[in-house]
Amino acid sequence: MDILNAIVALSNFVLIPAIAYGSQLALGALGVTLIYGILRFSNFAHGDTMAFGTMATILFTWALQSAGVSFGPLPTALLALPFGIAACVLAVLATDRVVYKFYREVKAKPIILVMASLGVMFIFNGIVRFIIGPDEQRFADGERFIITAREFREMTGLQEGLALKSTQGITVVTAVIVVALLFWFLNRTRTGKSMRAYSDNEDLALLSGINPERVVLVTWLIVAALATIAGVLYGLDKSFKPFTYFQLLLPIFASAIVGGLGSPLGAIAGGFVIAFSEVFVTYAWKKVLGYMLPESLEPSGLVQLLSTDYKFAVSFAILLIVLLFKPTGLFKGKAV
Amino acid sequence: MKKFLTATAAVALMASGAAAEEVKIGILQGFTGPTESLVGPMASAMEMAIEEVNASGKFMNGMTVVPVRGDSTCIDASAGTAAAERAITADGVKGIVGGTCSGVTGAILANVAVPNGIVMISPSATSPALTTAEDNGLFFRTAPSDARQGEVMANILLDDGVKSVAVTYTNNDYGKGLADAFAAAYTDKGGEVTISAAHEDGKADYSAEVASLAAAGGEVLVVAGYLDQGGAGIIRSALDTGAFDRFHLPDGMVGQSLSDAFGTEIEGSKGQAPGSNSDGTKIFQDMGADKFDSQSPYTAEGYDAAALIMLAMQAAGSTDPNVYKDKVEMVANAPGEKINPGELGKALEILANGGDVDLVGATGVELIGPGEAAGSYRVVEIKDGKFVTVEYR
Repeated sequence: MDILNAIVALSNFVLIPAIAYGSQLALGALGVTLIYGILRFSNFAHGDTMAFGTMATILFTWALQSAGVSFGPLPTALLALPFGIAACVLAVLATDRVVYKFYREVKAKPIILVMASLGVMFIFNGIVRFIIGPDEQRFADGERFIITAREFREMTGLQEGLALKSTQGITVVTAVIVVALLFWFLNRTRTGKSMRAYSDNEDLALLSGINPERVVLVTWLIVAALATIAGVLYGLDKSFKPFTYFQLLLPIFASAIVGGLGSPLGAIAGGFVIAFSEVFVTYAWKKVLGYMLPESLEPSGLVQLLSTDYKFAVSFAILLIVLLFKPTGLFKGKAV
Repeated sequence: MKKFLTATAAVALMASGAAAEEVKIGILQGFTGPTESLVGPMASAMEMAIEEVNASGKFMNGMTVVPVRGDSTCIDASAGTAAAERAITADGVKGIVGGTCSGVTGAILANVAVPNGIVMISPSATSPALTTAEDNGLFFRTAPSDARQGEVMANILLDDGVKSVAVTYTNNDYGKGLADAFAAAYTDKGGEVTISAAHEDGKADYSAEVASLAAAGGEVLVVAGYLDQGGAGIIRSALDTGAFDRFHLPDGMVGQSLSDAFGTEIEGSKGQAPGSNSDGTKIFQDMGADKFDSQSPYTAEGYDAAALIMLAMQAAGSTDPNVYKDKVEMVANAPGEKINPGELGKALEILANGGDVDLVGATGVELIGPGEAAGSYRVVEIKDGKFVTVEYR
């Protein structure tokens, strides 16, 4: 019984939140890694691209809600998602046409593209704040829980409760579907294969007749879709605030680099590594250990390695360690 | 020689009397920054007290009081200090009503008010640290210190039979001061604080913070935060994970947006905010009703702070801060004729005739210890999803 309680407490406070957060990070990191692999620069504007897509989705959600459309027990935002993705695609394609295309044609060094993306980041930052404002927005509706802590306790008779929010469920399911589609696309379709070829060796790809502009276009399409989905899932599960999305840039980059920049599989692994270590290191283990250990060994302190204030420090530390000892990341991406 | 000195002193007095047909009082408040929405009505309340005094025509034999507004900000100590410096040296104010937030108020007190010898009465700085600040008897406040709130909070919880609590506070002077004051009072009286952890405002997700609070356990979670900020996020996350279902809510958390957001989910949770059921509060709210939002927090304290400065000047018969500072407690406390809001003219007359007054004012102000309000608190409870006042302490 005690073991069960320990497992439930651990799932409730550590495993479930970390899995949901990890999926959101993984989707974000996939976008970063695709741009790095194919367009060959670190896109600092990614966090704000997520914010832009989410903002568009929220606006469409409000429009749908005021028109009386709802999605039953699921959040209305899922219906608005395709429109949000479309808006985000238009925005990134416009940016590419106005900014990045020029630097690509003059064959600028990657660092110049990185700096350009920094500028794009600030512009997106401003646009989002201008349109929707800097305040927090909550746009989740529909059923809030798959199972609440109280229901679980009554059902099982355990001391600990287990809550599963519907947004957490949606996050994981959506992430699995999106990742499966992405890998199918990259490995099985002609366009996907041409993208991988372009990423592996640009000159060879050009020689074999791959149209570079088409590859760039498709990459932006996918990146915009991934960014919007990641942003909307994060916003549904937590809340939308332009500044938090800007801050997400750090754990997302940490995920992409830990996994190995340019490696989609690495981005997913990296997302979960970062999410789990942030939560594991800052969790107070007192309760779980209290259930697991015999009474004489029960800890009197909180058994917390780091205060929760240091959550971001954890991603920083992991980033540093990986860059120092394994710059190519876990999955042998490109060296940074 | 002695005669000569007296003569020159008399001449100097007359000269200053002739020149000072008006006396300036600084309204030094955080007009910009995190408190900007609160400060508008507060400043109006202070100016209402000044208008009332001017309308009576009885202040210091017909002198008029002129309010001088200055922006102390809430978090920028250097900007607040500069504004106070300007008010004193350029405008020549004889007293300051301000500042708004604890950190800036402490900075102005230490860097400007004490060196220049100017009386400062804050309507809203509640940090316990200000109690022991070096002030030469120049600093007063009409809002109670959070040390007092911590004590009241500990009593409420223990009277309800709550023996162990977890505490989370917003990571600033207010949150930390309140959490420490509460922990000290509560453990003194036999309660147990399982954990006292800070949270940052403005984050999207508080599940990690709530996880450590839940691990430490406790019957009630005390949330010393802000209702539109991290405080609400903590409660949301605690409810979602089933970690806590009863909360205790100090003044920063008591407000309609919180009961609107959670309603019956936090049924039975209690809280407290400064407030009294005195007649003064009602009279004040009616007086200000058509001029500004007179129910807004700290407006009543603002009215009382401005009134105190002017009554003390009248009692001392002088606008010199170093003279009238000794009269502030006298006009605020018993004995004397009770003075409600709207009766400042009457008070000025009594003082002019050498009588004694006891300003009840809008908050029932009573200064204790080193010049701060004893403070009464309104205890609230969530009943049927709404804040209901259950008692006054």
